[in-house]
Amino acid sequence: MYIRATGNISPQKTFGHQPLVDAVAYTGNRLACIEPDYKEFIDPKLIRRMSRIIRMGVAAAMECLQEADIKVPDAIVTGTAYGCLEDTNSFLSKMVEFNEELLTPTAFIQSTHNTIGAQIGLMLQCNNYNNAFVHRGFSFESALLDGILLLKENDASNVLVGAIDEITNTSHTIINRLGLYKQGEVSNLDVYKTKTKGTIAGEGAAFFLLAAEPSATNYAKLDGLHTFYKPDNIAEVEKQIVSFLNRHSVSMNDIDLIFTGKNGDAVSDKIYDDLAETVFENKETVNYKHLCGEYPTAASFAMWLAAISIKTGQLPAIFDSASNKKINKVLIYNHYLSIHHSLTLLSAC
Amino acid sequence: MNAPVFVAGTGIISAIGNSVAECLAALENERAGMGQMQNLKSAHSQRLPVAEVKLNNEELAQLTGLPKIKSRTALLSLVAAKEALANAGIENIKDLRTGFISATSVGGMDKTENFFTEFLKDNSKGKLRDVVDHECGSVTELVADALGIKDYITTISTACSSSANAIFLGARLIKNDIVDVVVAGGTDSLTRFTLNGFNTLMIVDEQFCQPFDENRRGLNLGEGAGYVVLVSEKTAATLKNKPNIVLSGYCNANDAYHQTASSPDGIGSYLAMSGALKKAGLQPSDIDYINLHGTGTQNNDIAEGTAIKRLFEPHYPKMSSTKTYTGHTLGACGGIEAAFSILALQHGEIFPNLRLQTPMVELPFVPERKLEKNVEVKHVLSNSFGFGGNCSSLIFSKVEN
Amino acid sequence: MLDLKEQIIAQLNLQDIKPEDIGDDQPLFVEGLGLDSIDALELIVLLQQQYKIKLSNAEDGPKVFKTVRTMAEYITAHQAQNV
Repeated sequence: MYIRATGNISPQKTFGHQPLVDAVAYTGNRLACIEPDYKEFIDPKLIRRMSRIIRMGVAAAMECLQEADIKVPDAIVTGTAYGCLEDTNSFLSKMVEFNEELLTPTAFIQSTHNTIGAQIGLMLQCNNYNNAFVHRGFSFESALLDGILLLKENDASNVLVGAIDEITNTSHTIINRLGLYKQGEVSNLDVYKTKTKGTIAGEGAAFFLLAAEPSATNYAKLDGLHTFYKPDNIAEVEKQIVSFLNRHSVSMNDIDLIFTGKNGDAVSDKIYDDLAETVFENKETVNYKHLCGEYPTAASFAMWLAAISIKTGQLPAIFDSASNKKINKVLIYNHYLSIHHSLTLLSAC
Repeated sequence: MNAPVFVAGTGIISAIGNSVAECLAALENERAGMGQMQNLKSAHSQRLPVAEVKLNNEELAQLTGLPKIKSRTALLSLVAAKEALANAGIENIKDLRTGFISATSVGGMDKTENFFTEFLKDNSKGKLRDVVDHECGSVTELVADALGIKDYITTISTACSSSANAIFLGARLIKNDIVDVVVAGGTDSLTRFTLNGFNTLMIVDEQFCQPFDENRRGLNLGEGAGYVVLVSEKTAATLKNKPNIVLSGYCNANDAYHQTASSPDGIGSYLAMSGALKKAGLQPSDIDYINLHGTGTQNNDIAEGTAIKRLFEPHYPKMSSTKTYTGHTLGACGGIEAAFSILALQHGEIFPNLRLQTPMVELPFVPERKLEKNVEVKHVLSNSFGFGGNCSSLIFSKVEN
Repeated sequence: MLDLKEQIIAQLNLQDIKPEDIGDDQPLFVEGLGLDSIDALELIVLLQQQYKIKLSNAEDGPKVFKTVRTMAEYITAHQAQNV
């Protein structure tokens, strides 16, 4: 199966299919999406009720469908760990503040986790399969697997798959209190040098059009996806990686590039450091979370990077890569909080 | 990919009972679960009846072994999921690839509400332990970890169709040879968030709900959890009690009409039901019983009824909304009602649509008002429709061993 | 009625619409301003919050919220009652 089109709103200049050249620098532990002018993508009558995450999700989906030249996909599948936090926060805060009186429905309606997929369906008048996954660091991968299965089962010939997560002031405050983010001076561009505890908060909306059949505009072939939960130790991680490649009849030598989910947190990055000395030894590995920050569906940003790298055969200029070798096969290995691990394999068409 | 997927076990906790057996007794004795709020603390407690599970969090914690400070959504989930697994009687579960697909609409919101009361006054306050399991997926993991399941875990949230979609996905994971066994269904506890949300939509009934009645006024919210254990044909063959019920059909469609309301002709419901029939290779006339979504709102019942009329006319199967017993349990209803549908197949019974006084004038059929026993039930259709136009239908069928 | 129009715009987050864009007798729903049933629920809360008027029967909505003028008349009539 193939990735035919993409749409990506992130803390970098990723929207609009422009070459990714200069990295946007952020000071502090919170990266924020660069949002487009939504009027081109969303009917103003609909936009008035949409919070930021819904706008981002819908616009990224529309950009993806436009690129694929598909009006109504056979299925729409989304993944989000946190859902529509701003709407949830708004309804919850008013409920507590006004002691359950004088509440209005809009925030409640928009707070449900399937809102983005539903809004896309509504805008496209799409009566087809529509599903929403909400499993923390597996949200995107679960949506992706659903899409892959729909194509395999011949119940769809194309599927719109996307991942969306937002940071709000409230969620940032709470997650900060939980100790997940770095404290003090920090820049996203130097995040891997810090060697301290914690990471930087990120967010994003990335959509993909998966198709069963090849077409001239394809980005890449999606060869495999595997997730594993709470591995006992690093040996199990290694075993999972090796057996994943074996299942797809690929050896480590065939892989041109590995995107790894390092996020600057000294504790959880140790997994990647350990792998660099074993299964990933002598392989070109590239980190990406300095660009998008850490969030449960960040692997979707990596898949977008992998797709555009395979399409052009080169890493985007933003990475300053010295290598000129054509990129044909890419592995993505990501873990979220050392709990949710995922492997994705892509190759040139 | 066309190998059958068998139902090896079911588990339920709801307002009408803490186990499948208790729920069955209540269904047969026409004992509804609604009443005045006992557990939930809400400003609407005098006005809005709810269908609460009759155990408090301490009792649920004792029953499950989870700490009592954990989300009620997780506590309910574990009760039903444990029962489903025990009921399936799979002895060598550790040797099988096992998945847990759960569904919920608001996850650990019951705890987040407590957190917010303090947090809004001072954002350095509020117990963090009350907010760590806010995410829907966290609730699933608390339960998966307690069950010792780790091969495939995920969570679905498509409003009121969530757990039908979880069961649907579970079957597909088996068909695609990703797992051998899957516990699939959903859970939701009552929260002030959802109660107030539905209240702003002015669709909560101040009396006990009357689905498919001409004078229906809205829904009653409920809580609970319902799971089925699905197994591959190969696994089914190894079980002592060889299962004889299969998940034969399923379909997910979208109404694409309005963010919350169903279209007047119920196009999404029609597509979900007809798609499930097609998947099962059945004709409408093959269906013996429909477990209706039947929430009791003006909008749902006329849309669902219109879609049924279009698909089944002129031969209507028996049907009923068991939300007249359990209330609308949101992310759990697809799981609970799947288990009820399986009970109908196992016992040859049609559970009544309680409190139905005046049939809807627009519809040419009337749901069952009395318990029917010794009925030949071979195929049951279970409907779950939700916000965002998400419509899913499942078909369970009895097969010869 | 100008106040009421401003309140409607704020409550429903009607972007790019100014009070003068809404005619006193212009239909608010469907073919007019394009409002829908969720907006009707929002307007019910607006009446409660701003004018302490409780519209207990949602079915009265279409009549009351037909235009800004019908809304204003309803408010005047019910505020008089409250006094």
